[in-house]
Amino acid sequence: TTLISQDRGILLQISAVLQEALFFPVNVAPSEGGGPLFVSWRRRVTKEITMKVKLITRSEEDYTRERTSDLRKVQRNYDPLLHPLEKAKEYTRALNAAKLDRIFAKPFLAALQHDDGVTCLARNPKLVNSIVAGSADGDIRIWDIPRQRTLRRLVGHTGAVKGISFTPDGQTCVSASTDATVKLWKVPYAPFEAGVVQDDAEAVFEFHGKNAFRGIDHHWDRSSFATAGVTVDIWDHSRSEPIQTLTWGSDTVTSVRFNPAEPDVFASTGSDRAITLYDLRRATPLRKVVMQTRSNALAWNPMEPFNFTAANEDCCLYTFDMRKLESALSVHKDFVSAVMDVDYSPTGREFVAGSYDRSLRIFSVSGGHSREVYTTKRMQRVFAVRFSGDATYVFSGSDDMNVRCWKAKASEQLGIRLPREKHKQAYNDALLERYKHMPEVKRIVRHRHLPAAIYKAAKTRRTIVESDKRKLQRRIEHSAPGSIVVPSERKKKILAQVE
Amino acid sequence: MAESVPPPPGGKRKSSKKRKIVFDSDAKETAKRLKRGPGVNLKSITDKKLKGKLRRAEAVFSSSQKKAAQISEWLLPATAGTLVAEGIERTWNFKQEDIVQAVDVTAARKAFDLSLPELGPYKLNFTRNGRFMLLGGSLGHLAIMDWQRAHLVCEVQVREAVRDVVFLHNETFFAAAQKKYVYVYDKRGLEVHCLRAHVRANVLDFLPHHFLLTSIGKHGGHNWVSNGVTIWSYRLCGTNHDGVLRYQDTSTGQIVAQHKTLLGPCSVMRHNPHNGVILLGHARGCVTMWTPNMTTAAVKMLCHRGPLNALAVDASGTYMATAGMDSQIKVWDVRMLRPMHDYYSPAPVTRMDISQRGLLAVGYGRKVQVWQDALRNKAQSPYLTHNLPEGVTEVFRFCPYEDVLGIGHSAGISTILVPGAGEPNFDSFVANPFQTVKQRQQQEVVALLDKLQPDTIVLDPDMIGRVRKEPAEVARQRRQEEAAANTARRVAMRREAETKDKMKGKNRPSRRHRKKQNNIIEDRKPAVKERQKEEAARRKEATEKSEAAIPKDAPRAVRRFYKS
Repeated sequence: TTLISQDRGILLQISAVLQEALFFPVNVAPSEGGGPLFVSWRRRVTKEITMKVKLITRSEEDYTRERTSDLRKVQRNYDPLLHPLEKAKEYTRALNAAKLDRIFAKPFLAALQHDDGVTCLARNPKLVNSIVAGSADGDIRIWDIPRQRTLRRLVGHTGAVKGISFTPDGQTCVSASTDATVKLWKVPYAPFEAGVVQDDAEAVFEFHGKNAFRGIDHHWDRSSFATAGVTVDIWDHSRSEPIQTLTWGSDTVTSVRFNPAEPDVFASTGSDRAITLYDLRRATPLRKVVMQTRSNALAWNPMEPFNFTAANEDCCLYTFDMRKLESALSVHKDFVSAVMDVDYSPTGREFVAGSYDRSLRIFSVSGGHSREVYTTKRMQRVFAVRFSGDATYVFSGSDDMNVRCWKAKASEQLGIRLPREKHKQAYNDALLERYKHMPEVKRIVRHRHLPAAIYKAAKTRRTIVESDKRKLQRRIEHSAPGSIVVPSERKKKILAQVE
Repeated sequence: MAESVPPPPGGKRKSSKKRKIVFDSDAKETAKRLKRGPGVNLKSITDKKLKGKLRRAEAVFSSSQKKAAQISEWLLPATAGTLVAEGIERTWNFKQEDIVQAVDVTAARKAFDLSLPELGPYKLNFTRNGRFMLLGGSLGHLAIMDWQRAHLVCEVQVREAVRDVVFLHNETFFAAAQKKYVYVYDKRGLEVHCLRAHVRANVLDFLPHHFLLTSIGKHGGHNWVSNGVTIWSYRLCGTNHDGVLRYQDTSTGQIVAQHKTLLGPCSVMRHNPHNGVILLGHARGCVTMWTPNMTTAAVKMLCHRGPLNALAVDASGTYMATAGMDSQIKVWDVRMLRPMHDYYSPAPVTRMDISQRGLLAVGYGRKVQVWQDALRNKAQSPYLTHNLPEGVTEVFRFCPYEDVLGIGHSAGISTILVPGAGEPNFDSFVANPFQTVKQRQQQEVVALLDKLQPDTIVLDPDMIGRVRKEPAEVARQRRQEEAAANTARRVAMRREAETKDKMKGKNRPSRRHRKKQNNIIEDRKPAVKERQKEEAARRKEATEKSEAAIPKDAPRAVRRFYKS
């Protein structure tokens, strides 16, 4: 303040100057004799000037809003001169987008408790808010996902439930169990009122088999279903005995799935390490492909129905074209233990798989490595996974007696988004796509924190693979050219194709 | 059933309906800039998947470019200022008062003289949207003005020498290089920081996209603070320690880089708005370009004989103008780093600036000249001339988005009207002269989110995100080195095999021989092949020659008798 008072003279001076500027128009000649400090241009009328002159003038009204309720006026000029360093800026934004993506990656939504390990899951084709889970104690529960409550307990099985499948109308489901029965249940819709509605229901009908069942799949059009066990049986709702029994060898069949497009075609996996294709119009199976290790489950691609993916014991998933079984279309790696279940997204662009290594991963159909890996501290061996009907959520059933709900896109904002939020998200996605090869962006996008067990196992596997590769390379170098044939990764694990 | 329409002759539809876009020359330039160079050559790509991806990407780019070109052609409201002389008149003969008289009142009010004779000479700086003006009198007078509305935002007397002033990212903060340190003030004129790292700075500059405040000055600033007393080491203030360029991040407060220029004291510093490279003009006539990432100058070019007085870089980062004590004004292409053309002035030009649309202002003493189109081509005559009513010029700054040149001089501040200097159409998200407080706050947040790291300052900013191809020369050298290393290894292996201690079972004569042969063949293969090729050629030639001597009709049985 002392400073201001000392220099008041100057301060007053400039204020006076500015007042002058406000009150006097510019082309007025200054008064004589040391008056105001404002010097304006003197007028010279000595000669006639002829010129065309135009200056930038902007009236404030044209560029600002009149009332606060109006939208702000925005003017864009896309001239690159006004936007220097655009590459660097875009890269910075891509980096920020990658970081934000990881910051907001909170995929876990809810855990729904059972009384024993969850062995199978099924989604209702007519409802997106509900999932049915069967557990090892023979208990089946219908879950209302948004409210995280049980709608019904389907009581009756005395052995572990090994498979559940819905009828196409979504009103009934069938479940297969190790107690050698298949039960038919009525499935209610979730009521809108809140609160506990848990209720018990009995089976509508029972089908008795001779041996324990290992899997079941209902036909998507007809009132028949296929069960897997010692044999593959085709059942009809109106018959208590199987209408058709298919066998090939004496090994157990572990899972069965109908082709989503061809009504008579279906596939099964078995403990004879084979993936078998069947046609209902024939009395015997069509063909099978024998692999080095057993496949635990398979899923058909709903959009490319000639392709299916098999979850294998050797930590990998194999996508096949059913017309060309001599080679896999792609091999999906990243798990460190046996893959237990696989399910396709309704979009057909990606699938989810759960593994014995206590994790589930989401793969792109053509991607060799997973896009996403989900784990929690408490999640045990994953036995069943399902995509939701709107491809937004993923469900997993694990040995720790829980069904878990996850977001399919870990950092996606749920709920209704504003247009500008959508636009921003699309922009960020495009930036990530464009700069995905930049080392820093790639590092951030790929980074996942994994449990120590998985991390170490993956490291060991990597070491093994690398050393094998090195050894092979050396062997090739020290052998006659052409004497060592390196089998392609897609064919390596395929032992034989049997007609 | 409807009759099928026969296809038009030639199989092509007439394109008469297609609307043709005709641009004027200014819009043409903009459209060219919007294209951002040629696209990817798809013909040379064999990978089908990649080709398809690139084709789609190129289609998106070209459509967005077209749209942007159309927007700049049709939707932008304002056109640039012009000044055209009629008849025998010449624009450089027009006095400022003539122009002021000819334009409308709002435009005329932009020209004024602020007479502040006591505390000058004055330094001058504009905010990036051109709305606020920062004055710094060398005797300690600092002020921010909303200059078009003649509104004084703040004013302060620091009672210390002020060497330079610069706005930080917006009008809320500014830095002043004072007697010893650089200080940061806010818009109320309150001192918020004292930057003790910047000692005795002569010039300040601010890189808005990187949030970097740069300074360079006379002394290197080797100071130690002990017991609260700063001890100056004058021993170290010799020529080698003068002129240290400092970068300070104003968002985090960290000193990003300090480079010793080793070229003595420096008082000429500008930055290249195209890439953020700092340009320094030195007393020995050279211009150096600096990035925070390299401790030595990225570019060092000798521009003048004798000291360099002033330099300026245009908005596209293509042209640089320098003025030296040798009375030359030279224009350089700073992308190719080569001279374009030069001008001669009767006295050494001491001040210089380039406007957004490429007008060059030069001046010395009381004289001010503005040149139009003097960068790309060699202009023959100035566009405007002006003599200051009083005072000697200290600094020139074109006001962004306005046709105004601000002149700081020893008797205060003047502005003159320069039609065609400023960009007529601003972008609200880049620099909005009419922005509200809320918009300013939002823009600050966005700017901080988009803040570029110092390592993005490179000579070619389009390099980021691209693959750098290995130059052919380097590749060839690398291949040669590899081949040499291979040969050396093979030779060593052979020598080892020859002199190796014999081991049981490994010393069968046949095995030893095979091993040696193996390596010999590997090693000598190219030479042997070459010899074989030559031999074959010679043999072929010989047979052809002998064949030629045999008559065509000679029976086969007697042919052998013709052989010599």
